[in-house]
Order: sequence, then structure tokens, then C-alpha cells
Amino acid sequence: MDLALVVGLHLLHAVASLALISVGLAVIFGMLRVINFAHGEFLMVGGYAFVLSAGAGVNLWLAMLVIAPAVVGMLGYLVERLVIRQLRGDVIATILATWGLSLFLVGLAATVLGYRQQGVAPPFGTIQIGSYTLGVYTFFVIGITVLVLLALFAWLRWSRTGLLVRGTMQDAELAAGLGADAGRIRSGTFVLGSALSGLAGAVLAPLAGVLPEIGATYVVKAFITVISGGATALTGTALAAALFGLTSQAAAFLSRPVVGEVVLLVVAIVLLRMLPTGITGRYFRKAL
Amino acid sequence: MLTRRTFLEGLAASAAVPALGAGPAHASEPIPVGAIYDLSGPLQGFGQNQWRCAELAIEQINESGGLLGRPLDVKLYDSQSDTQFYNQFANQLALRDRVAVVQGGLTSSSREVIRPILRRLETLYVYNTNYEGGVCDRNFFATGATPGIYVDLLLRAAGERWGKRVYVLAADYNYGQISAQWIRQAALALGGEVVGEEFFPLDVNQFGATISRIQAEEPDVVLNIFVGPAHEAFYGQWASAGMNQRIPMMSTTFGGTSEIVRMPPEVVNGIMVIGSYYESLDYPFNQAWLAEFRRRHGTDYGYLTDVPIKDWYGWMLWAEGVRQAGTTERDAVIAALETGISVDGPGGPLTIDARTHHCFMNTHLAEARDGEFRILERHQNVPPTNSADQCDLQVRPDTDTMYTPDI
Repeated sequence: MDLALVVGLHLLHAVASLALISVGLAVIFGMLRVINFAHGEFLMVGGYAFVLSAGAGVNLWLAMLVIAPAVVGMLGYLVERLVIRQLRGDVIATILATWGLSLFLVGLAATVLGYRQQGVAPPFGTIQIGSYTLGVYTFFVIGITVLVLLALFAWLRWSRTGLLVRGTMQDAELAAGLGADAGRIRSGTFVLGSALSGLAGAVLAPLAGVLPEIGATYVVKAFITVISGGATALTGTALAAALFGLTSQAAAFLSRPVVGEVVLLVVAIVLLRMLPTGITGRYFRKAL
Repeated sequence: MLTRRTFLEGLAASAAVPALGAGPAHASEPIPVGAIYDLSGPLQGFGQNQWRCAELAIEQINESGGLLGRPLDVKLYDSQSDTQFYNQFANQLALRDRVAVVQGGLTSSSREVIRPILRRLETLYVYNTNYEGGVCDRNFFATGATPGIYVDLLLRAAGERWGKRVYVLAADYNYGQISAQWIRQAALALGGEVVGEEFFPLDVNQFGATISRIQAEEPDVVLNIFVGPAHEAFYGQWASAGMNQRIPMMSTTFGGTSEIVRMPPEVVNGIMVIGSYYESLDYPFNQAWLAEFRRRHGTDYGYLTDVPIKDWYGWMLWAEGVRQAGTTERDAVIAALETGISVDGPGGPLTIDARTHHCFMNTHLAEARDGEFRILERHQNVPPTNSADQCDLQVRPDTDTMYTPDI
């Protein structure tokens, strides 16, 4: 019984981690349709912004919840201005440019920060469930993921800017005709997606560590999750994260970790074969 | 008719001709030598320090007048952490650059890509990484520690301190799989038991389920053979669940990419490791060597353990072989190296074992403590035992195989 509860919490944590690494990409790729191959590096920069400022004595939560998203948001602003905007509409050029950006950021981090920056230990203690212990930080990751998704949903659903963003994504010309500034909205949405990636990188840093090349660990799974989610980026990403996190971690637990990795890919392939437009291409089409 | 065999023979002959001609070359002409390291990509944390150590050795050799009065001219290639490039660069080094020796490589997969190529093209290969052991090939020398050197010492130390029920977590490729076989064999021989064994693909970074299973099993000690950035996530998750206070942890790989300075002490303190080199070793040679390394490379490199340091030894051993042979010609250098050449270095002397082409080395048991490794035990000149003593290149020089433990 205790084991079932503990394993259930681990599954939830796996789902939350997957949703958290994907949510920034859900905004940038799912909504803006910008293929950002440097997504993993945005997470990495968020992680570094967190550990560097925490290491410099900044309050842990300020560093994690404010500084890291702000730094990556600013990075996103620059990238949108200097790269994405210039290549708008040219998918191949965007892929190449963001891939180059990814290599550049890894090289920059390796050169400037190298392999000597000390990380941050997971805060909070542990809780006891029967004979098992679980880190309280696990609950924090789950909680913050739920908060981020709910806040994003509420903002898109009920705020005026959320409406403008949705309108611009649906039909940029029509929105522009009604007075919306499509360029600024796209720029702002990209910055939001970047900031969410920075937040994710910082939240996961105490558990995953920060290294210049850590982005590669995240980028593929994030893309698989967002693509499988389908047209309505937010709901789709959350559903896909739940599906992949549960199946792959359950398989890893019942069998071996390698089987877990295989199951994630098999589920993704079967899903996209049956629902080529993703989960929300068929179900929950009215969602966000 | 050009069959595959005649083509290969032709290829081998064409590679051999310039090698023979290299002996009586002009006195001041540089000696081309080859290096392949993972300078970028996921393995750059290892590769960059490996190259720093190799570069130090090559510069020191050249500053002391080179070899046989000739400077070394190193052809360096960045594999980008991609085994495909190892294939390409090994061929280039042997066929186009016509180097006297190739050193480098990190993963066992990269080694097994280039080892057969260099053997076929008769170009000496020196591999300087800790690995799963068992390669028996006259054209190949290994300076790294193998499980035969450290597994027994590590399990004995664990048995004395904590107990004999071991839970093994390992990277899911030949290095982790074969190392785990060694551990099983050694544990049985010592009257212990491997109570759990899990293998992780290199991009797995979720360890919650595994940690629960370890909690259920309650082993005396957990031994990990983790490789790469994703696996680093284990330490944070282990500490977050409070396990670093409950079950002791040993590792044969921890420290290879400066983890000791990158990870918070409250996460990694107490992890027991084994290796031939730590910066904290009090050998006089080490103090002078480290000062020289830092003078050339600064202090931003992180922390050195035996994975990068062996690339310094590898070049120094080969250089000593060339000096004694009086030529860079491959067979003469192999014969010289097989006389049991020894070089002193920052981790103590390293001596070649003619039978296996592996090395005797000092081996140290250490413990992570506040950003440094505290040395617990020192074992002098530990022999490179191979499984059931199968490899003997003095008796069977034509052997070209890789032995694994019978279990």
C-alpha cells in the first residue's frame, strides 16, 4: 500500500517534470509555430541563472522564481528580435538558426562557466510514507507545474491580452485589421515562452544538476510532448505529458528503465499514427 | 581481380610503407602523432580535460627537446562526442596524416570503433580511460584502470565498513554491463551478494522508481557506474529523498567531470570512490605537476581525477618507448614498451604489464568531503588482473579479442 502511494507520487512527479520542460515550448512552438531547437539551452540558461545568483547569495526563491525567468525572458526577447523575426515564415532557416543558437549557447556556457559552477542542493527535507522516504521538493515540482499550467490557462482564457494572443495566433491578418499589433504580440508571446523555459530550468536544477550540455536531455522529449499534444497547445501538452509520463515511468518501474524509454517512443509513434494532428486534433478541440 | 582481401592487404601495405620509412627520417623533421578527443558535445566535460592533460605532456616533451631530436607535431581531431567521427578520424590519422601513434577516445563504443581500424592499418593505439577491461590486442595499450584493479578493493572496503549486500546502478552500454558482471563475480568471491542491478540508458534522468526499489530492498551499499550529464540527476534526487543519510554510496565514475566542485557538499559528501588520481594526493610529484598544469591552463578547468590525467601518462609512456626503441617504428616501440616501461607521474608510477598491455598503478580509496576527495587508503602498484588470466600477449601475440568475466 505504501509502495503504491510512493510509486504513484513518483509517476505524478514524472508527469509534472515532463509538462514543466514542455510548457515553454508549448507556447513557442505550439502557439507561435516557431521551431526552437535551442529550447533545451533556454532551460540550461535558466538553470545557470538560478545557480549563479543563488551562489552569489541571492535568496533561493527570488533566484528561482524571478531571476531565472527574467534572464531567459530577456534572452528570448533578443533572440526574437535578432533571429526569429528576421526569418519569419522560413521554417528551414528557423530550424537551422535555432540549432546554431543551441550550439552557440552550449559552447558559450562551456567556455565562460565551464565545469566548476557549484549547483544548489534540493531544499526542504523529506517525508516518511511507511518505510519509504520522499523528498518534499518532489511535491514542490508537482505543485509549481500545476500552478503554472492553471495560471497560463486562466490568462489565455479570461484576460484581454490572452484574447489578443489567441486571436493573433488564429488569424493574424484579421486580428491586425481589428487593431492588434501582431508583431508585438508575437514578440511578447515568445518572451513568455522563454521565461517559462527559464523557470522550468531553475525549478529542475536542484534535482537534475546544471551542465552546459544538459539541454540535450530535455529537447527531444519536449518536442515529442508538444507535437503529440496537437493544435491546442496548452491542454494538448498537459495531456501528452500525462500520457507519456505515466506509461513510460510505469513501464520503467514494472520492467527496466530502457523499456520505459522505448515505451515513451512507441506510445508517441502509435499516437501520431492514429491521431496525426495530435491528441487535441481530435479531442478537446475547444480547449486552449 | 580486386577481392576484398587483396584490397585490404594493399591498404595495409600502403600504410606500412611510410611507417618503415619513418625510422631514418631527417633529424629535425617533426614526428606526426594523432589525438582524438570529445572536445564538444555531450562528452566535452571529459574530453576537454583529457586534451588539457595530453597537451601538457606533448608540450613538456617538445620543450625538453622532442623525441630523438625531433619535435612532436600533433594532429588533433574533435570527435564531437560522435562515434561516427572516430571512424573517419582514425582512418585519416593512419592513412593521410600517417601518424606514429593515436591516443584518445573516451567511451568503450568509441574505442571499439577505432581499435580494429588502427590494428588493421598498423598504427599504434593508446587508450587512456578507465574501462570495463579485457581487451587483448598487441597493437593496443591501456593506461586506465579496469574493474580487475578496483572492484575487489572497493567491495572489500564496503564489506569492512557497511556490509556485503550491494545494489548496482549502471549505464546501459558495454562499459556498465561488463563492469556489473565483474562486480557480481567479485561479490560472490568475497561472500557477498548483488541484491539488485539496474541499467540506465544514457538519457534517463528520472530515478524516482529506482530509489523506491532501493528503499524496499535496503542494501548495505549502493554502487553506481553512471555516465554522462543525464545520470547526474540521480545525486540530487537521491539526496532529496534523504537517502544520502541512510544508505552509503560508492561510485567508480563519480568525479570524472569535476562533479566534486560542481555538486553541493550536502548532496555528495560521503560518496566513496576509487581511482589512481585525485588532486589531494600528497605525492611531491603531484604538487609540482598540478602547479605546472595550472600555470598553463589556469584554474577554471574544474577538478582532475584519473580519467583525464591518464592522457598525460599515455603520452609520456609512449615517448619513453620511442626513446628506448630509438625509432618511432611501431614494432620496435611495442617491443620497447613490453620491457615493462615505467613513468612516474602525479598519481605515482605507472608501469606497463607486457602480458596484457595494461598497467600497474597506485590505487586510492577516497571519500567526497566538502569539495575535495579525502584519501582513505593507498594501494601501491596494483596489478591489472584480467578475467581468469586469459590474456597473455607474450605467449599469444596474435590475440585480438576482448575477454569478459565468465558469469
